[in-house]
Amino acid sequence: MLRISPAPHISSKVDTKKIMWSVVGALLPAFVYSVHIFGGSVIFITLLSVISAVGTEYLFGRITKRKISVSDGSAVVTGMLLAFNISANSPWWLPVVGSAFAIFVVKLIFGGIGYNIFNPALAGRAFLMASWPRIMTSSWAVPVGGGTLSGLPTASLDGVSQATPLTLLKVNPIQSIVESLNSTYMLKALFFGNVGGCIGETSALLLLVGVLYLFIRRYADWRISLGYIGAVFIFSGMLYYLGKTPVIPLFHILSGGVMLGGLFMATDPVTSPVTIKGRWIFGIGGGVICVLIRVWGGYPEGVSYSILIMNMFVPLLDRISEKSIFGR
Amino acid sequence: MRLLTFKGGIHPHYYKEKSKNCKIKKIALPEFLYLHLSQHTGIPSKPIVEKGEEVKIGQKIAKESGKLSVPLHSPANGTYMGVVTYPHPLGGRKEAMRIKVNKENPEPFKEKKRDKISDIPGEKLIDIIKDSGIVGMGGAAFPTYFKLQVPPNKEIKDLIINGIECEPYLASDYRLMMERAEEIMKGVDILRRTIKPENVWIAIESNKLDALENMKSSASFFPWAKFVALKTKYPQGSEKQLIEAVTGKKVPEGGLPFDVGAYVQNVGTAFAIYEAVYLSKPLFERVVTVTGNIRHQSNFLVPIGTPFEYIIELAEGPIGKISKIINGGPLMGISQATPEASVTKGTTGILIQNEKESISREPAPCIRCAACVDCCPMKLLPTEIYKYIETDQLERARELGVLSCMECGSCSYVCPAGIPLTQQFKVAKNRIITKTKGSK
Repeated sequence: MLRISPAPHISSKVDTKKIMWSVVGALLPAFVYSVHIFGGSVIFITLLSVISAVGTEYLFGRITKRKISVSDGSAVVTGMLLAFNISANSPWWLPVVGSAFAIFVVKLIFGGIGYNIFNPALAGRAFLMASWPRIMTSSWAVPVGGGTLSGLPTASLDGVSQATPLTLLKVNPIQSIVESLNSTYMLKALFFGNVGGCIGETSALLLLVGVLYLFIRRYADWRISLGYIGAVFIFSGMLYYLGKTPVIPLFHILSGGVMLGGLFMATDPVTSPVTIKGRWIFGIGGGVICVLIRVWGGYPEGVSYSILIMNMFVPLLDRISEKSIFGR
Repeated sequence: MRLLTFKGGIHPHYYKEKSKNCKIKKIALPEFLYLHLSQHTGIPSKPIVEKGEEVKIGQKIAKESGKLSVPLHSPANGTYMGVVTYPHPLGGRKEAMRIKVNKENPEPFKEKKRDKISDIPGEKLIDIIKDSGIVGMGGAAFPTYFKLQVPPNKEIKDLIINGIECEPYLASDYRLMMERAEEIMKGVDILRRTIKPENVWIAIESNKLDALENMKSSASFFPWAKFVALKTKYPQGSEKQLIEAVTGKKVPEGGLPFDVGAYVQNVGTAFAIYEAVYLSKPLFERVVTVTGNIRHQSNFLVPIGTPFEYIIELAEGPIGKISKIINGGPLMGISQATPEASVTKGTTGILIQNEKESISREPAPCIRCAACVDCCPMKLLPTEIYKYIETDQLERARELGVLSCMECGSCSYVCPAGIPLTQQFKVAKNRIITKTKGSK
């Protein structure tokens, strides 16, 4: 018997599974370094988060008698990204609850992979933030160990070892703190990864290294990242010039979650536009909202809400930028 | 060297190394030939010989009927056995003229050299091309004489000769360019004299630079020819993409190449034109690449109407078990329900796949990765169009330009979720067209 099927009769070797596991691989450099600076609890928290995400998806499949989609790796990505968004000092149940929420409420209820409106890991983080704000904002891990990637000693500015630089900026923007935040020393520490923060927010350099692979393979779109980080840089630069923010734009893009969010969260294909123009607007819009929250909002950090807000506009962005047809 | 190209497209593995070095070989005639009455775009031909009548090689055995149609010529001496229904390589069973080949008298076609070709006026050349049954040899099989009738209000600036052959595996055009370069160029000259373009471009992909050099070596006879190398990318050989790459102009949506002053013909067609005009030889045989999972990779000169199975046998059969037989290349070719189907004027190749190669992916949900958006050469949004087709919103699919889809297969090829996008668009296009016709 001959097999009959419509053309094409060949396909590329890249499938969903390969893309998802590549994202996991791209997160590994930052993960390994995070283990190095924050210690073994990073492994513990990340593992719990991944197990919770995968377990929730598996159980959902079993209970609802649907095809079990765990092997596509997307739940692993969500679990990892959620862990990247919380502190290594978090209580054990925090990643478990966060990932279960991310997978069940944000992803599966909306129809599973490909159908969710919001980035599951970010929505999971927002949920944790709303439910346990104190735990989420006051238990920042302190870098341990001496020799770090940059060769710098652990940043030991006044207070920096307890709060993140962004928290400092929000609650106590006095002259001396602002000066130290804008110092080359601090910028280096942020770039190479040597300050308190979430598991995944430490080294901008290693996040860049990881995402570069995704850009080259086109598993993530550089336009979104460039739009996002570029917008944060330019908009915060304008505000710095106008005296609305005391810190320089370089500090804005290197601190907090701008790198993690702009490189790995905003580029989540499911929750970003499919049109080229839409991707640009999505990235730039997110960057602008992030700065607005940081400068005028109640939170020290605006990355997750900026991306979640832009997630809502994705269908609209696709719609307004759909007309680029050949010859029309 | 700067390589010209279009925006979008894909980079599949080409597998041309298998068949590209196999010289064109004329095959022995099969016992029976099945010439489909419909082997070109347009109205099927009408038989003009009686059942039981002896036919000669090159003899016209069916005439054109209606405006868009071409005649058929017998590829062999033999006996016409009447019209039968026979598997068509584009699917289904269609009416075909059955010819019992006279194996005792396999005399070759007697070429008649035509004199003073440079004195033949353009309209006369078009008549010769029509009488010789020539159609586009790149696969679409559009009657060439019809395409040569340029509307009087349109001027052709760029004649582009398509030597791209961007479908993986296929090498029939490549072989022609390597072995019959001068003849192709003579055919191009005829085209040039009929439509009088400003520029004549010979366009070849960068993975066939030897063919480009070989064609160039005949350029001293043809000083008007401009040779261009194009980036190896699929679907570089598609008409609109080729025009975009060479001239930078975009054929308007729903428009024709004329609208931007361009005119594209395939190298195989140019060769057929040469044979028709210079040697008075009508189109009754063509080069067919036999490749894939087959013992003897080949480029055969095949009489039109030869059954696939006979050709596969001549190529010493498949390696292991045949799982799929494809008429044409792997991206746009048509899988065959039976190995019987017979070669038509549009058959560029026969591709054999084994079990493993022929398994298609199980579709999974779209993850909106937009790989299809990035590669679509027509700049459509395949994933969005698919969404509307899935929810039966055909009007939205039409607004998003589904009718511009040329079914090149790029989106299906890249889709990591294995969604058969191209197939869905094909079905939707048909439904939209039938609906529009119905409402008129």
